Amino acid sequence: MTTGSKLSLHVPEPDWRPGDTPDFSNVQVPKAGSVRRPEVDEDPEAMRDLAYTIIRVLDRKGRAVGPWAGSLPDEALLTGLRHMMTLRIYDARMMMAQRQGKTSFYMQHLGEEAISCAFQMSLAKGDMNFPTYRQAGLLVAAGYPLTKMMCQVYSNDGDPVRGRQLPVFYSSKEHGFFSISGNLATQYIQAVGWAMASAIRQDDKIAAAWIGDGSTAESDFHAGLVFASTYRAPVVLNIVNNQWAISTFQGIARGGSGTFAARGHGFGLPALRVDGNDYLAVHAVAQWAVERARRNLGPTLVEYVTYRAGGHSTSDDPSAYRPKEESAAWPLGDPILRLKAHLIEKGLWSEDRHTQTEAEITETVVAAQKEAEAIGTLHDGRRPSPRDMFEDVYATMPPHLRRQRQEAGF
Amino acid sequence: MANMTMIEAVQNALDIMMDRDPSVVVFGEDVGYFGGVFRCTAGLQKKYGRTRCFDTPISELGIVGAGIGMAAAGMKPCVELQFADYMYPAYDQIVSEAARLRYRSAGEFTCPMVVRMPTGGGIFGAQTHSQSPEALFTHVTGLKTVIPSTPEDARGLLMAAIDDPDPVIFLEPKRLYNGPFDGHHERPVVSWKKHDLGAVADDATAIPIGKARIMRLGNEVTVLAYGTMVHVALTAAEETGIDAEIIDLRTLLPLDTETVFGSVRRTGRCVIIHEATLTCGYGAELAALVQEQCFYHLEAPIQRVAGWDTPYPHAQEWFYFPGPKRVGEALRATVEAI
Ligand SMILES: Cc1ncc(C[n+]2csc(CCOP(=O)(O)OP(=O)(O)O)c2C)c(N)n1
Ligand SMILES: [Mg+2]
Repeated sequence: MTTGSKLSLHVPEPDWRPGDTPDFSNVQVPKAGSVRRPEVDEDPEAMRDLAYTIIRVLDRKGRAVGPWAGSLPDEALLTGLRHMMTLRIYDARMMMAQRQGKTSFYMQHLGEEAISCAFQMSLAKGDMNFPTYRQAGLLVAAGYPLTKMMCQVYSNDGDPVRGRQLPVFYSSKEHGFFSISGNLATQYIQAVGWAMASAIRQDDKIAAAWIGDGSTAESDFHAGLVFASTYRAPVVLNIVNNQWAISTFQGIARGGSGTFAARGHGFGLPALRVDGNDYLAVHAVAQWAVERARRNLGPTLVEYVTYRAGGHSTSDDPSAYRPKEESAAWPLGDPILRLKAHLIEKGLWSEDRHTQTEAEITETVVAAQKEAEAIGTLHDGRRPSPRDMFEDVYATMPPHLRRQRQEAGF
Repeated sequence: MANMTMIEAVQNALDIMMDRDPSVVVFGEDVGYFGGVFRCTAGLQKKYGRTRCFDTPISELGIVGAGIGMAAAGMKPCVELQFADYMYPAYDQIVSEAARLRYRSAGEFTCPMVVRMPTGGGIFGAQTHSQSPEALFTHVTGLKTVIPSTPEDARGLLMAAIDDPDPVIFLEPKRLYNGPFDGHHERPVVSWKKHDLGAVADDATAIPIGKARIMRLGNEVTVLAYGTMVHVALTAAEETGIDAEIIDLRTLLPLDTETVFGSVRRTGRCVIIHEATLTCGYGAELAALVQEQCFYHLEAPIQRVAGWDTPYPHAQEWFYFPGPKRVGEALRATVEAI
């Protein structure tokens, strides 16, 4: 027995703070193409190594290499690049619109575009995402109209959710995009339930759960994992590890666990860790996990390693808690530049075409914005009627709400 | 006398109490290095070290549950939930555990913990940054529930809450963090630094829990309010010219019934206002108490002005928020009722 020893509390701290020089040389980035690709029906116990590595396809020269390469035809890659560029340009316009006072709030995806854009390409019609606020690429890649997205951001009369939700909390059943809740992690277990329903009904649809690194600390995440594991639900359990949860670095949520993916091991789940800034790797891993679910082999946990290059939201200034240079020092690069380099390397793309496409997309986005603004913004133009505030609380409005609506004068 | 914002007042209370008592610890999401998304814990980690002010994983259940364990072990945790809207994952720990510990162990284990959280609307935060869940706490026996409306009260009441031997829910009206809010959203924001009610004493002292404050003396009608609505009520009284007595309850539980009943018996009329939804809101309890204790003095039906019974909307915020117009109409109806 040890006596007289004094305990002390361990509180993790990131390696650097504002003023320090970030150095990611300790982050182990495996060579592209070096990580094996198991069969989808391989025993999860036999692939525990995949939770501690990073699956990558695009190498530094822009070539697609290794066993995970080749999941998408050329045409789809060009489309994928367009999706990511659209999301980035859309984000920039909406950030500016927020600064101009046209809406109250906005959250961008800067640096994380590949994850939601590529994932959506692995799904089929009727599958359902349970997204967080940082997966609008699912909608972009599913062909949801930009004007509608903007109307939601502006809370105007064209907003499909009638001005009720915070900007970026979209909802579209038709596009496989479940209504977003502002309460973190709550929807992780709901995705599992959706998938269980599909299995009970002997349907062929699957679900995808989404969560950020920080939010994995919520109990809902753990409930999701145990239900998925017990009932072998046809669901892909996604974790977007962008290193930060507002001002809190990922080490606070991860604790002593080596990686977020490794959380799956205690539940017997296959757990894969993938380069989230590599469009091809994201797609290949997503497709693998989707196939597993679709073939009734059960859930897969996927951790996307990425970096939140922008602020948490328009209310946040990250320079208060992390070095400004951290984003540039991040070793996995920019997802758009990496896919662009690959397409140029393949002879499918050029700097000129890229510039031209950027201009084209900007034009499309600006046109959509004009259309949305012609309807209205948060403070101007046509806005949802206050009368509408009382709708949809219940299927049928109970008498007390009807009375209140009358009292309110609507 | 100097002026402070409510944010500075909260920070100041925490600083004073941490300095005074090494068993006071402060933690929650983003409260450590960064100092909280509203900056209420700014500088505390630097001053008191990482083991007394720290960031937690995003788990409200974890924050409150760990707080209970620390409190039972003899510490005085003052934890932060980032928004009242995010207290639900912690609700089981608050209701079944914190509130019950003393009772079920016959006083052997206790829970001297404070759970702070920003509450209320007025910031275009929509349904998950605007809720007022106070009635979900006042309904739970074993909890005390406090809600200040000025920087001085925020500081003094928080000091008392940290000193309290039982769990205290400390609701901070977020629309009042930087300045008072009269409900006229279209007018420029006034800072506490330039407002009479922003003054705080040089000597920080605890303000006893359970004592209301009469914000405005009057004879025609008693207004019971708390949090942001105190300022809306003051404005409504000004604008209607009605001689209202406005009581800031400050503590919802235990309630200062003496002040409340004394005033209603004198004016014979009572208007109750809160931001929270109407049905089964805290106003229902107030109305019941006033009816029981002041019935023979009442000259008009008690009126409630509250949030509509819908989720808190985004675009329609100012149709939802019970502003000075609605409060003024209720005042008028109450004084004009025969
Ligand atoms: C239950 C709950 N607690 C706290 C918050 C406040 N909050 C909003 S986003 C956020 C950080 C989430 O970080 P992470 O899960 O890593 O996602 P990211 O923003 O990085 O995509 C916090 C604490 C919330 N929305 N819901
Ligand atoms: Mg994150």
